[in-house]
Amino acid sequence: MMKELSTVNDMVIRFANVNGTGSASANDIFSKAIFRMGIPVSPKNIFPSNIQGLPTWYEVRINEDGYLGRRAGIDMLVGVNPQSQVKDIASVRPGGYYLYDSTKKLHAEYIREDIHYIGIPMMQLSMDNYEIPRMQQLFKNMIYVGTMAALIDIEMEVIKNIIREQFPTKEKLWPPNFKALDLGYDFAKANYTCPLHIRVERRDKVGDSILIEGNNATALGAIYGGATVAGWYPITPSTSVVKAFETYCKKLRKDPKTGKNNYAIVQAEDELAAMGMVIGAAWNGARAFTATSGPGVSLMSEFIGLAYFAEIPVVLYNIQRGGPSTGMPTRTQQPDIFSAAYASHGDTKHILLFPSTPTECFEMAAECFDLADRFQTPVIMMSDLDLGMNSHMTAPLKWDDNKKYDLGKVLSADELEKMAKYGRYLDVDGDGICYRTIPGTHPTKGSFFTRGTSRDEYAKYTEDGSVYVQVVDRIAKKWETAKQYVPAPEFYQKEKRSNKGILFFGTSTYAAIEAMDLLTKEGIVFDAMRIKALPFNQSVEDFIEQHEAIFVVEQNRDAQFRSVIINELETNPKKLIKVLNYDGSPITADTIMEKIKASLEISQKNSVSNKMS
Amino acid sequence: MTYVKPTFRHPGLKKNKVGFTKADYQGAISTLCAGCGHDSISGAIVQACYELSVEPHKLAKISGIGCSSKTPTYFLSNSHGFNSVHGRMPSVTTGANMANRDLIFLGVSGDGDTASIGMGQFCHAVRRNLNMVYIVMNNGCYGLTKGQDSATADFGSVSKAGKTPTTFQAIDLAGLALELGATFVARSFSGDKTQLVPLIKAGMSHPGFAFIDCISPCVTFNNNKGSTKAYDYVREHIESTSSLDFVPFQEEINVEYVEGSSTDVTLHDGSKMHLSKLSPNWNPTDRNSAVNRMQVAKTNGEVLTGLLYIDPESTELHDLMGTTDVPLNTLREDVLCPGSEALEKINASFR
Repeated sequence: MMKELSTVNDMVIRFANVNGTGSASANDIFSKAIFRMGIPVSPKNIFPSNIQGLPTWYEVRINEDGYLGRRAGIDMLVGVNPQSQVKDIASVRPGGYYLYDSTKKLHAEYIREDIHYIGIPMMQLSMDNYEIPRMQQLFKNMIYVGTMAALIDIEMEVIKNIIREQFPTKEKLWPPNFKALDLGYDFAKANYTCPLHIRVERRDKVGDSILIEGNNATALGAIYGGATVAGWYPITPSTSVVKAFETYCKKLRKDPKTGKNNYAIVQAEDELAAMGMVIGAAWNGARAFTATSGPGVSLMSEFIGLAYFAEIPVVLYNIQRGGPSTGMPTRTQQPDIFSAAYASHGDTKHILLFPSTPTECFEMAAECFDLADRFQTPVIMMSDLDLGMNSHMTAPLKWDDNKKYDLGKVLSADELEKMAKYGRYLDVDGDGICYRTIPGTHPTKGSFFTRGTSRDEYAKYTEDGSVYVQVVDRIAKKWETAKQYVPAPEFYQKEKRSNKGILFFGTSTYAAIEAMDLLTKEGIVFDAMRIKALPFNQSVEDFIEQHEAIFVVEQNRDAQFRSVIINELETNPKKLIKVLNYDGSPITADTIMEKIKASLEISQKNSVSNKMS
Repeated sequence: MTYVKPTFRHPGLKKNKVGFTKADYQGAISTLCAGCGHDSISGAIVQACYELSVEPHKLAKISGIGCSSKTPTYFLSNSHGFNSVHGRMPSVTTGANMANRDLIFLGVSGDGDTASIGMGQFCHAVRRNLNMVYIVMNNGCYGLTKGQDSATADFGSVSKAGKTPTTFQAIDLAGLALELGATFVARSFSGDKTQLVPLIKAGMSHPGFAFIDCISPCVTFNNNKGSTKAYDYVREHIESTSSLDFVPFQEEINVEYVEGSSTDVTLHDGSKMHLSKLSPNWNPTDRNSAVNRMQVAKTNGEVLTGLLYIDPESTELHDLMGTTDVPLNTLREDVLCPGSEALEKINASFR
């Protein structure tokens, strides 16, 4: 007896495509249509490190309760890639649906008794209606979108409007696209009972949200935050940050009179040079950034140490991917906590920001510049592939037009004129932060020699141990000062309600929140904290202090974030329990739940056996 | 430690057009070995900046790591300096230049810094035609680590530290720069200030990448018999492409040249270079003839110095990229931030 799935607005649909066949835009239209029907949606690209030919998947979670994390179990698989067919069919959950191109008959051994098969002759329909081979390929994609509209009840007019908006000036492209949609739609209607038991229904659950990739939002943050110089080297999954920066710069950053660029983007020869350019530009008074991923951070590390020690405000967006080495370049992880927090040789530590939504990518990408300028040090924003390269439903981006950039302590020509003697590394205010001067400010005052070697308060080279200690201790003081400036954590309860805590950051947030709700239903209640920055503020320390056991959720093998907590706060390691996922897929609520429950059972057994013994 | 020179200046010292004496262009006392070629180059930089009436704060001096890279402490103390990391001066200078196109960027490097660890960055700065003067103080060895051969040590050359002849081919940085499309290429000798000073001045007026490969003997490790980077060897084998005068824009020309043997090259800003050609069959604005002349010199065992090539039509990186005329580091939120209204439109495009 086949299990019947029956749900409204709660499902996971996976599209199995061939890389480079134009499926991405069809899949985007699908997600956007669901979103425009007012239903929360969360699409994820699962793609290989390849340009053309290898399998690629697009997984969409539709959930009207607003849970946006990945969920295991595929309710419907749209299989348009014969190469991955066996694996795809096997991945459908019992009672689910396998939609396939029936132009070629499905092999008998592909038939599972416990799932439904829906055959649509996509290629045949396309070949019968379009002449040019490339068009046949592209419209085949629209045919399956039309089929899906019939099967799960997506409003056709919503889809057509999206197409109209995609080609606002090319009206002649509309009819052939609409025709392809109708071909798929009509065939499904004529041959299957539509809609299926799993379907969508219009809601009003997305409010004023937007559906945007984290890297897009990051690029916009850099623009709004006043970045003028970008030095970069292509590396997945960070490349689209700089590409989006360039695209928006061309629209938003041209001088209205001359048409010249109020920005400079240099594609460097490698990541070392990219970071060198950022350091040079920041030293010379421009707001500058680079975007990279794990291997790039490794290459930039020598330079990051220079910026730390010479006190130069650089901004780095690290879009993390699976490591070590080349690792899983197109899969997600949070594996660079160590390498970013303590990048470079010698005693170094860096301000890190952890966004969990594109909205935060935007806000933090801009905030990085204020923090870097304020503390005259590298600031690294720790995004990841899941956040950066997938569209997320998120709050609209907001900017306060009264906001002024905090350029930190920079002396003007007038201020220098009034000074008796300028010392670049004099801690005048006692907060560890000294006054910078920008080259070209004053003809005879304020010049100094920037160096990565040890120096005194007047920037003069020295190997005097006591002077050196004074300098590095003063730099450490900035770290203490920074605790009051970096974003405070988010708490998910008004007051303490449990001795157990759960702690997470970045893209584990979606799944962690869902897991907490599920556990609450089972009577297991947690206090929760989402950390947004390193160094840890006092409230982070207090939360850890106030709870007996804390589950630390992160996406790497070695529980790096947990180690940083232990290192920074001298927390007893025993009270920090690891909840890890590092297979390259975004963490799921089920994984978090299972690991927490397993751990609770063990501790319960232990306490029982302790009592018995 | 760094030694500081007394700041007292004789009131009678002659001032240049921007009101500075030559002493105002000096730096701290050098801690390099007595007789080091690098100190002579520092002297030439001081002389060139004084004569060109460069406002010291309008120049940024940037270096990598090594003996050569220490020298920016020893000249132009009123200029901001940046002693960065080994081999990475070009990228730091690129970024600094992007931030403020109005400054003069003087990059100082050595043969280890440029021809080995920083080879990649050097090549890419050349091909971008970054507007800077790039001086390599080339002594064929690693002084700070006690004299190991560098990649510019000539095949068969013997250093004091190595004792055996170099077994590898030398990298000719000037030839490489030409090959990579450099728009200004010169070679000089630390012992020839009359040639070096006008070359530096011309380089500073050139809009684009001005490369000066300056042979600068290491008195401690590579000034011995058998070394091709020793004072005696260079003096015995030196050949000049030309004798050179640099005449800044609007300065009256009062030098007379024998007709037929001299060439004028006019730079972008209207400055002129007078070259009294000493080398036959060579045209300073023709890359092929420069490459050819250098190959001939190599075959003849000459150390060819002087201006080797210049592209008077050079277009520097900012102009290639279309950067705005004002320095980017002067722009603030009123210009840079598109504001909430534009953001609302962007939000709408993601719904």
